[in-house]
Amino acid sequence: MKKTALNKRRLNTSTWLLIITILLFLVMYVAGMVVFKDKGFAKPQMFLNLFISNAGLLVIAMGQTIVMITGGIDISVGSVTALVCMVAANQMENHGGSAYTAILLALTIGLLFGVVQGFLVSYLNIQPFIVTLAGMFFGRGLTAIVSTQMISIKNATFLSWANHKIFLPIGTYSKRGKFLPAYIYPTVVIALIVLVIVILVMKYTKFGRSVYAIGGNATSAMMMGLDVKRTKFKAYVLDGFLAGLGGFLFCLNSCAGFVEQAKGFEMDAISSAVIGGTLLSGGVGLPIGTLFGVLIKGSISSLITTQGTLSSWWVRIVLSALLCFFIVLQSVLASMKKKKK
Amino acid sequence: MKGKSSLKKITGMPLFMPIVCLLAVLLINVITTPGFFKISINNGVLYGYIIDVINRSSELVILAVGMTLVTAASGGQDISVGAVMAVSAAICCQILSGGAASVTAYQNPVILAVIAALLGATLCGAFNGALVAKLNIQPMVATLILFTAGRGIAQLVTNGQITYVRVGSYKVLGGYLGKCPIPTPIFAAVLVIIIIYLILNKTALGLYIESVGINATASRLVGLNSTMIKFLAYVICGLLAGVAGLIASSRIYSADANNIGLNLEMDAILAVALGGNVLGGGKFSLMGSVIGAYTIQALTTTLYAMNVSADQLPVYKAIVVIVIVTLQSPVFKKAMKNLRTKTAGKKTAVEGGRQ
Repeated sequence: MKKTALNKRRLNTSTWLLIITILLFLVMYVAGMVVFKDKGFAKPQMFLNLFISNAGLLVIAMGQTIVMITGGIDISVGSVTALVCMVAANQMENHGGSAYTAILLALTIGLLFGVVQGFLVSYLNIQPFIVTLAGMFFGRGLTAIVSTQMISIKNATFLSWANHKIFLPIGTYSKRGKFLPAYIYPTVVIALIVLVIVILVMKYTKFGRSVYAIGGNATSAMMMGLDVKRTKFKAYVLDGFLAGLGGFLFCLNSCAGFVEQAKGFEMDAISSAVIGGTLLSGGVGLPIGTLFGVLIKGSISSLITTQGTLSSWWVRIVLSALLCFFIVLQSVLASMKKKKK
Repeated sequence: MKGKSSLKKITGMPLFMPIVCLLAVLLINVITTPGFFKISINNGVLYGYIIDVINRSSELVILAVGMTLVTAASGGQDISVGAVMAVSAAICCQILSGGAASVTAYQNPVILAVIAALLGATLCGAFNGALVAKLNIQPMVATLILFTAGRGIAQLVTNGQITYVRVGSYKVLGGYLGKCPIPTPIFAAVLVIIIIYLILNKTALGLYIESVGINATASRLVGLNSTMIKFLAYVICGLLAGVAGLIASSRIYSADANNIGLNLEMDAILAVALGGNVLGGGKFSLMGSVIGAYTIQALTTTLYAMNVSADQLPVYKAIVVIVIVTLQSPVFKKAMKNLRTKTAGKKTAVEGGRQ
């Protein structure tokens, strides 16, 4: 009896946050469709573009969500992305490498970051923020060591992946009545596969349930017999791997590597997770919510670029304000819950 | 036996590690750059490596002082200080220039601009403080908001341009005061240290901050307003970041929203860690952080002298941070202690076996 009550309450918090997020997205997008109708905001391609330009971010935010549910955080993802892009570009353009080794390198870099940061956080008990802040500066500096110049990628295989359009059976008609099918890129397919896998892992595997348990209360999770350190370590390794993969997808989108790339990406990933209903204190969060967080972030950018006169800085400011709003909302919800008890 | 205990006393002193670090960096410098300690007078001002290090580290010292308080009170760090510096510089230059991109005469009184800039920075600190102290949000997450939004706000204030104030008197704070041979930022840093030191030692604030940092709940039960003290720490940190921003802006007589205070948040945290402060809060050493800040600037100058570019610096600093926090971590300390007792145990066992 007691157990079901507890389950119900936890579900309540996360579903509430999820509902708020989805509503926010719908309101934002519908408003955009109404206001910018003549600028093509209502076309299906516009919606798909949200996925196309944020495929990398979605994958990275998935890793971030897992780490945040354990009660940790990773702010190194932006510089991992920059490093992945730079190393891939450098290796293909300056050292005659292939697109396949670029993938391998990207995943290796991500894994290495995950393993080292995970070890420091879980086995040495150092605050995740300090570890990943150092990781962030390390990655950014390493990017500059690889090259301070911008390298644009001209590798044929790589570009064929990047520009391979997958047409969908939906679309719009041009003025002459010609059917223009909407399309996506392979990056979107990969990102959606990752999304599904993460949802399944978090819901149905022992690892997923352990992550929730640890985030809820690490001490009681340990007393229940869960290997807290190992699970945390695994979460960071997975997060690092996804950061490497997401970085590569981002690279497929930008086709270049430079030092300032993906600046503030960590903020995008964290705010996507938070806006999607992941509690900063850990224990609560749904990967599907993070998807909506990413979509909200994408809508803000496309609304601001469609509007045209606002400077790009507004994206960051609006996103920060939203993050702030959701953090405060979570804090209020948490304190309300406490009072109920 | 007696020698060992006095050695232990020296190594146990809170300022021992920071000073050793500083000496180590200086030693490397003396070896690599022969004229490191040489100070000469060029054009009536002091000139030399060591002066340069002390001068350049002024902003960092001021930030480190604020960061120490925040770390001690809340067990977390304020990563928005670099962005707050940019905000303060932007407000100051924008008021002085009256909105133009470049001016050769003040459009508004300096005192108004400075007060507005410091007020803006204090407001940023208050925002961070409210999130951390009132709403109990992890300090780094709370300050992450301004970390990213801050530079955007600074861009908005300056309309996305770099605002130049080409007036002689504006360069005083970051340059030289009249015929005084010592750079002004040094005075500013020393003044800030003295003021904060006096506040912490002549009032009970220092003690309160430590107490809140060690256990906020217990402090509240004893009757301290722990929320207010945490909040105050962030407000002071914001104000000091504003001061640092003014110095940085005066150095280049402009407000460059993208570059003022760039990567300084990391240096400030590093300074606090180098100063022997526990990053988890509680007891703190202001002087340790100050020495830490000077050490970092010495390290930066050394790396520059070794032809490391500014973009690559973070790699080395990140490694230093990781090494320091690893050495500080309880798990590592425990492992070392175990190792020591194990080897000691082996020794006695061997000796026992001989007997």
